[in-house]
Amino acid sequence: MNEPVKKVAEIIPDEGIDAGLARLTEDRIENTILRVLNGETGARLKVYVETCIHCGLCSEGCHYYLSYDKDPRYSPAGKVKQTLWEMIRKKGRVDKAFMRQAVVIAATQCNMCKRCAMYCPFGIDVAYLMSVVRRITHLLGLTPQYIQATAHSHSVNMNQMWIKEDEWPDTLQWQEDEARSEIPHLRIPLEKEGADIMYSVIGPEPKFQAQLIYQAAVIMNVAGVNWTMPATPGWDNSDMAMFTGDNELMGRIKRVHFETAGRLKVKKIVMGECGHAFRSVYDMGNRWLGWKMPPIPVFHAIEFYYDMIREGRIRIAQKYAEPVTFHDPCNVVRGRGLHEKARYVVNAMCDTLIEMHPNREHNYCCCAGGGVINCGPPYKMVRIDGNRIKAEQLFAVKARGARTLIAPCHNCHSGLEDINHYYGLEMNIKFIGDILYQVMKKP
Amino acid sequence: MADTIAWDWQTGEKSIPVGNSNSRFEWVEEPYVSYDGERVASIVNIAEGEFTVCVNGQTWENPFEKIWHLRFTADDRLTALVSDAGEWTLAVDGVSWENRFGYVWNPLFSQDGRSIAVSFQQDRQYGMALNDVPWEETYGNLTDPVLSPDGNHTAASVQVIPTGEVEIRKFQQGTISAAKDGVVWDRPFVNVWRKAMNLNGDLAAEVRLTLYDYTIAVNGSPWEKTFGGVWEPIFHPISGAVIAPVRVKGKWYLAEEGRLLWSTPFDQLWHPVVSPDGKCIVAIVATGFGKWTVAVDGRAWRHVFSDFVTDMTFSSDSRKIAVIVKDKERWSIAVQGTAWNNTFDMIWKPVFSPDGAHVAAKVERGGKYTMALDDRLWRQDCEAAWDPLFSPDGTRLLVKTIEDGTYFRRVIPVGEFG
Ligand code: SF4
Ligand code: SF4
Repeated sequence: MNEPVKKVAEIIPDEGIDAGLARLTEDRIENTILRVLNGETGARLKVYVETCIHCGLCSEGCHYYLSYDKDPRYSPAGKVKQTLWEMIRKKGRVDKAFMRQAVVIAATQCNMCKRCAMYCPFGIDVAYLMSVVRRITHLLGLTPQYIQATAHSHSVNMNQMWIKEDEWPDTLQWQEDEARSEIPHLRIPLEKEGADIMYSVIGPEPKFQAQLIYQAAVIMNVAGVNWTMPATPGWDNSDMAMFTGDNELMGRIKRVHFETAGRLKVKKIVMGECGHAFRSVYDMGNRWLGWKMPPIPVFHAIEFYYDMIREGRIRIAQKYAEPVTFHDPCNVVRGRGLHEKARYVVNAMCDTLIEMHPNREHNYCCCAGGGVINCGPPYKMVRIDGNRIKAEQLFAVKARGARTLIAPCHNCHSGLEDINHYYGLEMNIKFIGDILYQVMKKP
Repeated sequence: MADTIAWDWQTGEKSIPVGNSNSRFEWVEEPYVSYDGERVASIVNIAEGEFTVCVNGQTWENPFEKIWHLRFTADDRLTALVSDAGEWTLAVDGVSWENRFGYVWNPLFSQDGRSIAVSFQQDRQYGMALNDVPWEETYGNLTDPVLSPDGNHTAASVQVIPTGEVEIRKFQQGTISAAKDGVVWDRPFVNVWRKAMNLNGDLAAEVRLTLYDYTIAVNGSPWEKTFGGVWEPIFHPISGAVIAPVRVKGKWYLAEEGRLLWSTPFDQLWHPVVSPDGKCIVAIVATGFGKWTVAVDGRAWRHVFSDFVTDMTFSSDSRKIAVIVKDKERWSIAVQGTAWNNTFDMIWKPVFSPDGAHVAAKVERGGKYTMALDDRLWRQDCEAAWDPLFSPDGTRLLVKTIEDGTYFRRVIPVGEFG
């Protein structure tokens, strides 16, 4: 696969960035940078900045760098050099043109996937450094339009998709009705206080992919777990504010999520197949609020399926025949180490798993995560061109027989669909739940 | 809460079979029990697309196409959200409200149970209905609804300026306001979130003036000072002042009318509560990362809990505070800063005896439920249980449980807890 890399236009118009820049002064830029550097970052930033020896070993870790013909501007250290180091070196005295470039790099050329941190001899986390840049650009009002609009949706409705309060329970009741034609007494129990599990999903599920809720309801019912879903805001575990740098809003969204689980007196939260949402409830949002760990334990769908299959509560009627490969999502594999549990589940469901290479914690990112896909259509080609390496990885595993690509993460799914389509891979991309629903024993 | 004096505190045990109803219906949903313990009710399915409610073995007179959110009010009327012919409303003891809507959800009950409010959607317009009276004005969106504690007023955040989903500049100029009894404040904000109302019907809410400036607005007027964050406001019941947690330089403080009331900085501070006598203010706080506890007038309890602190309750004499604590993955109760020795898989909101001498709670261990009183456990393990309640003289506990398919209402002397 030797398709030449398409050069992306240097300046992509973006209403969020351009209108934001028009309002800025260099004094405000300087004050804001200094405020974040001096007031909001601590030893971690200092150590990273002082430790980096500019060796470039991290470069090979980054799919953008590899896909953009090893252009050093796309290397992890190169991204820091073009953003944060310069801000530090100039003590915040950078101009608007610099800030424009900084927001584009931090928001659309880094997925915060943390793959590069594994290649750095000092474990320097460039994703964290990019999050500092995003924090600065948030405070300066420079966040790209589409992801900013998503943060606005979170702020109003506590979900990612402008779903109104009535539309949520209405959708669940509709899915419950549909599923009853398959399992007559099936329930999606709403507001059942004292259930063992609260099941939470991300906004796109009720909006565009209600069949995933249907499938989850069938899995929950067949497994016989005591579960519930809230009928109020707090049902959406996603969090784009985490990726825009609006930490205050991230905290607000996570507080609603956890207090909803607390109100329902559940012992755990099981969440659908989403990676960034897992990061927001397991690491970022909970910790910003002062919780070391989630106050109600959170289990990603992979862990839940693993437990259900191991305990024999879900049995497989007939394994999925088409050979599959498995894409390890950054947030639940590098972020939580679920790769072996995922393989247990995939092997239980499918006849043949063919590993892509690299895999597990070394897998390449989908290039959609970290809020990049949420920056919308203007940047679509940046991430598709920026992940040619993923296409190559998938062509290689396809050549070895894999036809279905399993990706247990919403962002990965969408990003991989774009890659699938653009590079002509022609693989079937599925969630674990899609296959599990298909192959499990049902009454 | 209803007057408990008139309840039956004499009969030691009453029972109602509930297990056998399974054979009468297609399926039976989880049971709900009245506060006085005299009635046990479930939503039941009688045929495809036909539901009713079964209360003590008797079904409601008319079935509905759909029923959900079955709840007793504090004065023990049985309510549910019901739908017929594609329209939704609220039913009380089987009788529907006269008004019907495209959808209704989130029923709110006043403390005495006499008022019921719901959020409604009709023809893509949103409002609230209080005791079957809908707002005259409706809006393009509605969030964070509240009912005043006396049940006389409703309020919610509403969209006042229609905005496209990606119109970020327009949104940041302010498109959201608050409406009380359907009447909107005279200015919009970027966001309006949690609210409080007092007995005069004043409305206070968390607002965001820009993406960065948070404050509290009272009847539409924001405090002069803005903060890096705010949480839910409350009205002081005696002074009338508005009190709310505010974030300054990354730390949380309690503020009153925009000025810092507590000088102690906390890593987190929320759920402020004024004691019933109005003499002290308490809040749930984090004194450090993963160090949760309660602060009384700005001073944190000595003991901190690693995971979670929630459901704070005052004794009616204002002298004691009990709260749910979760420490190292186990749930318990802390009273006046000291946690019980017993820990549980789950625990429900603590309940004080009227004189404040005892604290009781529903608890769960190994999938079974029982009662705990002052850190001592009741002998019986049950399939289901509801929050306990003390007799007016504090000597007995009303315990409501299900065991082996039978619902039991028991009046147990406090002394039985050893
Ligand atoms: S996209 Fe991933 S590998 Fe590349 S710089 Fe960002 S965190 Fe590092
Ligand atoms: S590998 Fe580490 S030390 Fe070397 S350039 Fe990258 S971040 Fe710096």
